Amino acid sequence: MTDAIATTGLTKNYGRKTALNDCTLTVPTGRIVGLVGPNGAGKSTLLQLACGLLRPTTGSIEVLGERPGNGPEHTARIGFVAQDTPTYAHLSIAEHLRLGRALNRGWDDALARERIEQLGLDPAQRAGKLSGGQRSQLALTLAVAKRPELLLLDEPVAALDPLARREFLQGLMEHTAEHGTSLVLSSHLIADLERTCDYLVVLVDSRIRLAGDVEELLAQHHRVTGARREASSLPSGHEVVYQSHTGKQSTMIVRSSAPIEDPWWTVEQLSMEDLVLAYMTEAGRIAPARVLEGHR
Amino acid sequence: MIEFHLDARSGVAPYMQLIHQVRRAMRLGLLTEGDQLPTVKEVVGKIAINPNTVLKAYRELEFEGLVKLRTGVGTFVARTLSDKTLAAHAPLRAELERWLARAREAGLEDESIEALFLSAFRAQTEARS
Repeated sequence: MTDAIATTGLTKNYGRKTALNDCTLTVPTGRIVGLVGPNGAGKSTLLQLACGLLRPTTGSIEVLGERPGNGPEHTARIGFVAQDTPTYAHLSIAEHLRLGRALNRGWDDALARERIEQLGLDPAQRAGKLSGGQRSQLALTLAVAKRPELLLLDEPVAALDPLARREFLQGLMEHTAEHGTSLVLSSHLIADLERTCDYLVVLVDSRIRLAGDVEELLAQHHRVTGARREASSLPSGHEVVYQSHTGKQSTMIVRSSAPIEDPWWTVEQLSMEDLVLAYMTEAGRIAPARVLEGHR
Repeated sequence: MIEFHLDARSGVAPYMQLIHQVRRAMRLGLLTEGDQLPTVKEVVGKIAINPNTVLKAYRELEFEGLVKLRTGVGTFVARTLSDKTLAAHAPLRAELERWLARAREAGLEDESIEALFLSAFRAQTEARS
């Protein structure tokens, strides 16, 4: 089966600044992918490369088996909702739909009109007069009416209040349930994605730190606590993702496909949020440590 | 028809939460044989979770023989779990409520009440086995 996204050594520089560094990644179709990382980690760059708005500096990317931006047939298969869900403030909702119909050959007008009606929006209303939640729903409507096989959403709910956030995700999940669309959602907030995604990609400092099926990742990671001991005392095959020691106690997050049976340690399961934070914290701690060493 | 909810902080996997809720509703007699479960689209439209999570819960329930998936029609409860014991629920509940009121009068806080109930429940379960 073709992958939704497959990259090899994907790198994107803006001048001297590296936005994405040597990313190799495979994301299967039929999944809801959470693309998580702090602001500036390269999430938007990766999504824009995937929909063909940007070209790689080096390395390659294939989306649904083809290079993005290769032609209108391929572009029609991909939907993209950019950050802050841009719409044309002076155009009405109906005019947005007319534009969508004129610009997209696979446009599903019935779906678009039905969605607007279900949301209780007035087609004559100008986009500039809509609330943040309504505007994001309009942007989502335009993206799903293309009937894309893969839908990329960049921070779709970041600017929304909790109610609008929930309503947006409800509508998005309904569409996914009905049409089987593959989704990639980016966010710097894990809570937004915890309920919805079944595949996780963690991006920190322009690099991919972690990628895989959520359930498998959760089964492979453990939080171990116990009386103070060095990480090196763990048997081989246990990768220490994160560690923290006090005078008496050690806490580590360990990746291992085999269960940890050493009675020294108390072993606990992680939530998705714990898992992502462990990878983000450890990546963040390496950099300051180098700076401190430089001062000695 | 029942409505699902999700406790994001419980640490219990979402699909397990859905399974528990169906089982609980069956135990309490809220769902009996032939009742329809909400469609995947209805569930995700309500609690905004991954459609695969709902499918997984429904498949697991089908594997346990509690529901039947009829393609194109929906998911239906295949058995009635609440049996003759259902009649005993109301008086037992009333007794439990009186006990709870006495516990509060005695000054116990929520956490102590829960701990007391669970420890007595566990001790009694162990004694029986």
